[in-house]
Amino acid sequence: MTGLERFQDAFLKPELIARYWPDILSGIAVTLEIAVAVVITGLALGLALAVIRSYRSRLANAPIIVFVDMFRALPPLVAILIVYFGLPNLGINISGFAVLWLVLSLVLAAFAEEIFWSGIVSVRKGQWEAARSTGLSHWQTMTSVILPQAIRICVPPLTNRTIAVTKNTALGTVIGVGEIMNQGTSAMSLSGNATPLMMAAVAYVVIFVPVVALGSWIERRFAWKRA
Amino acid sequence: MEIFLFQFLNFDIMRQAWPIIFGGAQMTLLLCLAVIPLGLAGGLVVATGSISHSRALRLVTKAYVDFFRAVPPLVLLIVIYSGLPFAGIRMTPFTAVCIAFLLNASSFYGEIFRAGIESVGKGQWEAARSTGLTWVQTYRHVVLPQASRNVLPDLVSNTVEVIKLTSIASVVSFTELLYAADMARSVTYNTSPIVLAAFLYLIVLWPIVRLVSRLEHRLGH
Repeated sequence: MTGLERFQDAFLKPELIARYWPDILSGIAVTLEIAVAVVITGLALGLALAVIRSYRSRLANAPIIVFVDMFRALPPLVAILIVYFGLPNLGINISGFAVLWLVLSLVLAAFAEEIFWSGIVSVRKGQWEAARSTGLSHWQTMTSVILPQAIRICVPPLTNRTIAVTKNTALGTVIGVGEIMNQGTSAMSLSGNATPLMMAAVAYVVIFVPVVALGSWIERRFAWKRA
Repeated sequence: MEIFLFQFLNFDIMRQAWPIIFGGAQMTLLLCLAVIPLGLAGGLVVATGSISHSRALRLVTKAYVDFFRAVPPLVLLIVIYSGLPFAGIRMTPFTAVCIAFLLNASSFYGEIFRAGIESVGKGQWEAARSTGLTWVQTYRHVVLPQASRNVLPDLVSNTVEVIKLTSIASVVSFTELLYAADMARSVTYNTSPIVLAAFLYLIVLWPIVRLVSRLEHRLGH
C-alpha cells in the first residue's frame, strides 16, 4: 500500500462515504434548522430590546444591560451546559435541540441588541426632533424614521456576529443534538475510521465558506457606501 | 424557588467543588497565556501576507483566512485531536488546542490587523521611507503601532472571544475551568459547580466587555 492509498483508506474511504452520506445529510438538515431558528429569534429579540431601550426607562434598561453584558461575557458552552443539565433537575424536560436554540438565540440577541442600539444612537438627534415635531409618536419615529437609517449601519457587524453565532451550532454535539458534527463523530466511532469526520468537516466548509465570503462582501459594500 | 437555589446556587456544593474548579481556572489561565500570544503572532504574519506585493501570497493568505474563519473552532479541534491520530499523528489535548487556536485565532486577528494597516495613510509609508527607513523598519516602527491603536477595540473584543472559546477545550478532555466544573457536576448531580464556573468567567470578562463598549463608542465606531 502506498502512502496515498493509506491516507485514502483512513480519511476518504469510498464505501464509508456511501454508507454514512445519509447521516451527514440529516445532520446538515438539523444544523440548518437550528441556524435559521436562531437567526430569526435572536435578531428579533435583539431588535425588540434595542427599541425598548430607546424609551430610556431606567426600570427596563437596567435588566436589559445586565442581560446583554452577561451573554456577551459568558462562553456559550457554559450557558448550554447550565441549561441542559440544570432544567431537568427543576422538573423541566427540554430537548438538546431546544436548549441549543434557546441559548444561541439569547447570545445572538445580546450582541444584536448592542449593535442595533449603537445604530439607533448614531442617528442624529435632529432626525428625532424633526420627526417628533411633525406629530409622529415615539413608536412611529422609531419605525419609520430612525430604524430605516440605523439598520443600514448595523448590517456589516450584524452579519459578522450572526455568522459567528451560527457557527456555534456545532456546540450542540456536546449535548447530543444530531447536527453535522454529532453525526460525524458517532459515525467515526462506529466505523473506527476518520472518513465520516472528514465528511462532517467538509460539510461545514461547504456551508460556511460562502457565508463568510458573503459576509466580507457585505462589509466592504456597506463600508464603501458610508464613506 | 428553594429547589432552584438548591440546584443552581448551592453554596455547600460550590465550596466542596472549589479546589477542582480553582485548579481548572488556573489551567484556563495557562491556556489563555499560550493561545492569545500564538493567535496575535499568527495574526501579524497573516496580515503581513495579506498586504504583500506578491499576488500569489495575497491569494494564499486570503484562502487561509476565509477557510479558517468558516470552520467552526470545535470542528477544527475535533478533527485535529480525533482525526489526525488516524494518520499516525497523536498529540496531547493541550497541543491540539494550541494548534486549533493558532489556526482559528490567527485568521481573525489577521483580518483585524489588516484593517488596521489599511487604515494608516499612504503618506505615512512614503514619509517614513523617504527618511531612509527600510520597509521593515517602516512597517515595525511607523505603521504597526498606529494600526494596532486604530483597531484596539476590535483586538480587545476578539481577545474576549478567544478567552470564551477556551471553554471548548473541555470537549477534548483538557482539564480547564469548564471541564473541571462539569466533572464536579456529574459527581454531585448538581448544576452549582457550572454556575460557579460561569461566575468566574463573568468576573474576568464582564469588565472587559464593558471596556470594549466604551472604547467603541468613544472612537465612534
